Amino acid sequence: MRLHIKPALFSAAITLALSAILLGVRLTQVGTELKIIGADIDVIWKILAATALIFFYNLFREHIERTLGFLPHVNIPSRLRSIGTRKSIQRLFWCFIIAATLIFPLLGSRSQIDLATLVLIYIMLSLGLNIVVGLAGLLDLGYVGFYAVGAYTYALLSMYFGIGFWTGLVAAGIMAAFFGFILGFPVLRLRGDYLAIVTLGFGEIIRILLNNLTELTGGPRGIGGIPKPTFFNLEFSRRASENAQTFHQFFGIDFSSMHRVIFLYLLALILVLITIFVINRLIRMPIGRAWEAIREDEIASRALGLNPTHIKLNAFTIGATFAGFAGSFFAARQGFISPESFTFIESAIILAIVVLGGMGSQVGVILAAIAMTVLPEMAREFNEYRMLLFGLMMVLMMIWRPQGLLPMKRPHVELQQ
Amino acid sequence: MSSRILEVSNLTMRFGGLLAVNGVGLTIQNGQIVSMIGPNGAGKTTVFNCLTGFYKPTAGKIVFAGEEIQGLQGHKIARKGMIRTFQHVRLFKSMTVLENLLVAQHQHLNNSLLAGLFKTRAYRQAEQAALDHAMYWLKKVDLLNEANREAGTLAYGPQRRLEIARCMVTRPSLLMLDEPAAGLNPSETDHLKILINELRDEHDISVLLIEHDMKLVMDISDHIVVINQGTPLASGTPEEVRNNPAVIKAYLGEE
Repeated sequence: MRLHIKPALFSAAITLALSAILLGVRLTQVGTELKIIGADIDVIWKILAATALIFFYNLFREHIERTLGFLPHVNIPSRLRSIGTRKSIQRLFWCFIIAATLIFPLLGSRSQIDLATLVLIYIMLSLGLNIVVGLAGLLDLGYVGFYAVGAYTYALLSMYFGIGFWTGLVAAGIMAAFFGFILGFPVLRLRGDYLAIVTLGFGEIIRILLNNLTELTGGPRGIGGIPKPTFFNLEFSRRASENAQTFHQFFGIDFSSMHRVIFLYLLALILVLITIFVINRLIRMPIGRAWEAIREDEIASRALGLNPTHIKLNAFTIGATFAGFAGSFFAARQGFISPESFTFIESAIILAIVVLGGMGSQVGVILAAIAMTVLPEMAREFNEYRMLLFGLMMVLMMIWRPQGLLPMKRPHVELQQ
Repeated sequence: MSSRILEVSNLTMRFGGLLAVNGVGLTIQNGQIVSMIGPNGAGKTTVFNCLTGFYKPTAGKIVFAGEEIQGLQGHKIARKGMIRTFQHVRLFKSMTVLENLLVAQHQHLNNSLLAGLFKTRAYRQAEQAALDHAMYWLKKVDLLNEANREAGTLAYGPQRRLEIARCMVTRPSLLMLDEPAAGLNPSETDHLKILINELRDEHDISVLLIEHDMKLVMDISDHIVVINQGTPLASGTPEEVRNNPAVIKAYLGEE
């Protein structure tokens, strides 16, 4: 192990010089003149600490990076294992992220938590579509159709049969899967562009159907008063409906409308975590490998006895299921849905998230979902130029980084030797 | 059951006005190596495509292991144990060598979604068995050291070997090789010859071969079928075919 004394000294010196100028001194007006005043003693300590940190990091850089798994690790045993370089550190990292997302609602404001919940819905949708587009390589432009099916399944069931959120969630997933299966059956023998057109049509048919089945769905007026999710039958409202108890009564705390916001956020978070977990398993399973094989070479797969229709149908159905879950959650959160929420632009945005994130890559898709949902919120001032900026961003992305933010690195099954 | 693994009679394939294959017959006994030869464009690959279900033959009967299979879909035929390679290597290029062999075992694996999600014991055992099986074949074709490389980064010769290994992990009873020696150097061709013989002798499979390398064909085949312009021209042992005036004429032209 070499010690990098020279580069360490050099970077420490740069750190010291920069922070001394930027943080260590400041200009203050004294009377009519400007005077340079040194910083407080604790700022100086911080600068010194940062310099020391940089110095030691660079000194032991090789060692640190090896521990973190950046450099290839030379290993001799020849036993088989599914690779996940440096599992313990990765696990620690993910635990940290999950902890941060769990703590977030205690720190964030109401609107921030609301936005975060919306982000989580989009993450779930994008991860679902990622299975279809990214992993199985099927261009699906009507994904929002399954989202609508999920949302309306829960809304209608609760309206006509008084079914609660949890049952509705499962029903929505099953219903969306069923629609995915029914649609997938005839269209999956189509390829590329043709598949895209048919799925595009499907998404529109669903929306127009919902719009025109006025007796059943209320048409363009939509469905309102959809019950919110409950926490083990505890409601998040000021006054309980009959035969029910409210959350604040049960726990003997004061009512706060924040409880529900936080609860919805956590619920969405759990749904997303389950989605991530399931998809993570799927890509390591035989079906995940089969998706990749079909995407790469359908003819060769067929010659090896893989049934392409069956495998694609699997991807289509599983992807639709997640859209169904997301849809029912969306309906429950909004309390009101109408066909307007399920237009083609939604499909396009979800697809854009998948493509921007890097097709097939879960982390990339999550980052892209955050960016694509948060940025438009932050760019509210630009209002009418928003779509323009959005389009510009897409064009630039496709020119400079067509593989997406974080291109997919599939976990390979590896032979250790 | 007869010892015939494959029996093809009167196979005909018509593309519009073009009669690509006309009345080809073919019989492969268990454990035989049969070659199909003929000039370029004679329809050999079309015969392959008909047999393996990539084309639906216009007419004819294909009996594989006592079962009529004409008109079945490709993957169904493959699952019955008739596995083919392609004239141009068709590996899953961005998957590793090992994964190529795992994908090929798809039909033998535990494909239940729930079993995989919860990693049941049976699921893990099946995965381990698939890995062991893949290892066995990697060793056999001498690719064990390349197991973790992406298949697309292999040199041409190893890609060819991997393709054969990928067929073999599906546990076929009839292996169909479409020009396996194309693009190989003489020493690689020799190894291929040894490998094919080994497959037949030790793994109890029959082989149907399309090949232009006459030395390989003559050395290895038990039986040869010659096709010219879609029609069967001759068939017999290598010795008979070599001395058949019609074959010489088709290959070398009129004197």
